[in-house]
Amino acid sequence: MTTLLLHRIHFAFTITFHYLFPQLTMGLALLIVVLKTVALTKHDERYDQASRFWAKVFAVNFLLGVVTGIPMEFQFGTNWSEFSRRAGGIIGQPLAMEGVFSFFLESTFLGLFLFGEKRLSRWAHWGAAFMVFVGSWISGFFIIVTDAWMQHPVAYRLLPDGRFELTSFWGLLMNPWAWLQYAHNMCGAVVTGAFVMAAVGAFYLLEQRHVEFGRLFLRVGVIAGLISCMVQIFPTGDLHGRYVAKNQPAAIAGMEGLFHSEKGAPIVLMGQPDIDQQRIDNPLAVNKVLSFLIYGTTEAEVTGLDQIPKDQWPTTLPLLFYSYHIMAGLGTYFVLLMIVAVFLLWRGRLYQTKWLLWFILLSFPLPYIANTAGWMTAEIGRQPWLVYKLLRVSEGYSTHVSAGNSLFTLLGFLGMYSLLSILWIVIVYRFIEAGPEKVNAPHNSPAGMVTA
Amino acid sequence: MGAVWFWIVALMLAAYVVLDGFDIGIGILYPILGRSGQDRKVMLRSIGPVWDGNEVWLLASGGTLFFAFPILYASAFSGFYLPLMIVLWLLIGRGIGIELRSQVDNAVWRSFFDGVFFLSSALLAIFLGAALANVIRGVPLGADHYFFLPLWTDWRAGSHPGILDWYTVIGGVVALVALTTHGSLYLALKASGELEDRALRCGRLSWLGLCIMTLISLPATVLVRPAMLTHYSQHPAAFAIPAMVVLSLAGTGIYMRRREELKAFLSSCLYLATMLVGAAVGLYPTLLPSSSNPGDDITVANALSGTYAMHVGLIWWIFGISLALGYFVVSYSMFRGKVPLHDDGYGH
Repeated sequence: MTTLLLHRIHFAFTITFHYLFPQLTMGLALLIVVLKTVALTKHDERYDQASRFWAKVFAVNFLLGVVTGIPMEFQFGTNWSEFSRRAGGIIGQPLAMEGVFSFFLESTFLGLFLFGEKRLSRWAHWGAAFMVFVGSWISGFFIIVTDAWMQHPVAYRLLPDGRFELTSFWGLLMNPWAWLQYAHNMCGAVVTGAFVMAAVGAFYLLEQRHVEFGRLFLRVGVIAGLISCMVQIFPTGDLHGRYVAKNQPAAIAGMEGLFHSEKGAPIVLMGQPDIDQQRIDNPLAVNKVLSFLIYGTTEAEVTGLDQIPKDQWPTTLPLLFYSYHIMAGLGTYFVLLMIVAVFLLWRGRLYQTKWLLWFILLSFPLPYIANTAGWMTAEIGRQPWLVYKLLRVSEGYSTHVSAGNSLFTLLGFLGMYSLLSILWIVIVYRFIEAGPEKVNAPHNSPAGMVTA
Repeated sequence: MGAVWFWIVALMLAAYVVLDGFDIGIGILYPILGRSGQDRKVMLRSIGPVWDGNEVWLLASGGTLFFAFPILYASAFSGFYLPLMIVLWLLIGRGIGIELRSQVDNAVWRSFFDGVFFLSSALLAIFLGAALANVIRGVPLGADHYFFLPLWTDWRAGSHPGILDWYTVIGGVVALVALTTHGSLYLALKASGELEDRALRCGRLSWLGLCIMTLISLPATVLVRPAMLTHYSQHPAAFAIPAMVVLSLAGTGIYMRRREELKAFLSSCLYLATMLVGAAVGLYPTLLPSSSNPGDDITVANALSGTYAMHVGLIWWIFGISLALGYFVVSYSMFRGKVPLHDDGYGH
């Protein structure tokens, strides 16, 4: 394997594994605020108990997000030093801001949220939960600003020695790409949180244990799920997709498998890209829909790969095509599932409809897959560029870190992360198995503030 | 502007060592002082609500370093590739050691994570000390500002050293002993009864070791990097810093003997901070010295980001760090005093 390929796999593997955790963290942070708000406004102790249960899941998940996140910040320098040298003057800015504005906030208030329930008033404890939510969402923002600059560079000047220099702070933060991607991404995180909560609820109802909490989780999960799934497609996905189409035609052509430019281009729902023959095998296509989705008219011409020089085609094109289709296909399924679930909830039949509970239970891994596939779409679509049209991936890696060293640490991370996966599954399963009732009964509190 | 950002990064790193230093110290002392399950619980609870926030100083200083001196970040992080990756693994081990051990009520499970917590803390201390020693000794920087260091070569601090040589190993041992002392004093502050006494006894012992190691490390540093002494003699006022190192070390010992725990702990904080500031003064304006050709040094001047970015950065940095300091005040005052023995609700 070449050194470049190993560095790419190194980053791809560690970032993919890392993002399994923050997506639940960010989604759950919002849902915990919802639970605590209901508890406060309706004076309903069950919602307090529910938020204590999810706080435990949150804490372990947050921990794994932290320990797998630190390697991400280091890897810009360790494995992508030439990229860091050239672009550090720009992307260092949001990354440093993430540390200063988000991590301090998050870690402090998480400490208060987890350990401080007995020491804080109910409103102050709600405030701690809210600040954890704010911190985790700020963190997401700065990461997206970083990625958005690589996707759609703005506010820079290129120096003679190949380095980039920032020319406008607000230009960097107000990059339209960043805001569209942020909306789409955060919504995706809420989908994960909602599906996980609903799935645990469905599990309890199917088991016929912890029934009251099962219903509560299911109720909050499917309502949050429906809202986030719909916003995921429209407007966030729609707007983001159009912006990509305008600025990265090669990415859209690769995602859709459009080898030839076409007026009234069809949308391919399924098929297998054949790069040598430049066609999609076994296509399942709907005419003119792609033109309509991008330009709002069925006759518009969509740029195909034939108009793009071959050395600028997205590398690993089939993977781009599949990532995008998996993301979009699952996103559509989520909406259908949640519409049925909310409809039955409204009719008062959700808790008894076993087949649907099974669907909800078994669907919990799917938002993880969809979120991962979405990120793969964004990042593979950017290839072969590290900074779009300005710096190639092949120019950015640490040339003096040999393939042997890179493989050594890649294997280390593979082993370490296998262990973390097993631990996460064991611990979270035990939480779910133990149920929400026994978590931290508040009347044991000597201070007695919580039971007020 | 370069000097400002040099000191910002240096002080953030010092804050990291002072704050996370006692978390690491608790980890090192954990199997030594934590004889009963109750002892271990107290030790974990003493750092439970704060360790993660303390670790953030490392991340925030890393991010700030990246932003202010991208060339240094690119060079040092790729050149120290292997030890940094090992530090990452150790940070993972330390984190899960603290947080996961109490999630399953099983003796084997707990013992496993206790071991992970201890080992990763001890190795972290050694690696952090060795890392600082590497920066002081210098690395074989090429004209392109890149280098790559193997973990060890012939253990000599020559022009082609490894991460570990006789000098950096001394640095590692200094850090190990210093953080053990620091952790003992923090524990003495937070624990009560027999555990508190044991922490103080252990602190006295490691304080003696620290005095010896500090005495060895100062001449060793001058030997490895004579330029440091020239920097100091050019600005004689800077000798105040090594003087403060000695005073704070003496203060740590004296207050410990008098059982003035808070003063002893604060002296230990001052000791760690002045050691780091002393190293920074000796280096400035060099960020990473070249062991092969002084002309290839990475300096503040040749590594600094664009002027505009640095000006904007200063505005948000002051604002952001003020907020962060506010959070720390809130958090530390909430969890001040001895660790309560009743259940804190969440794990540990």
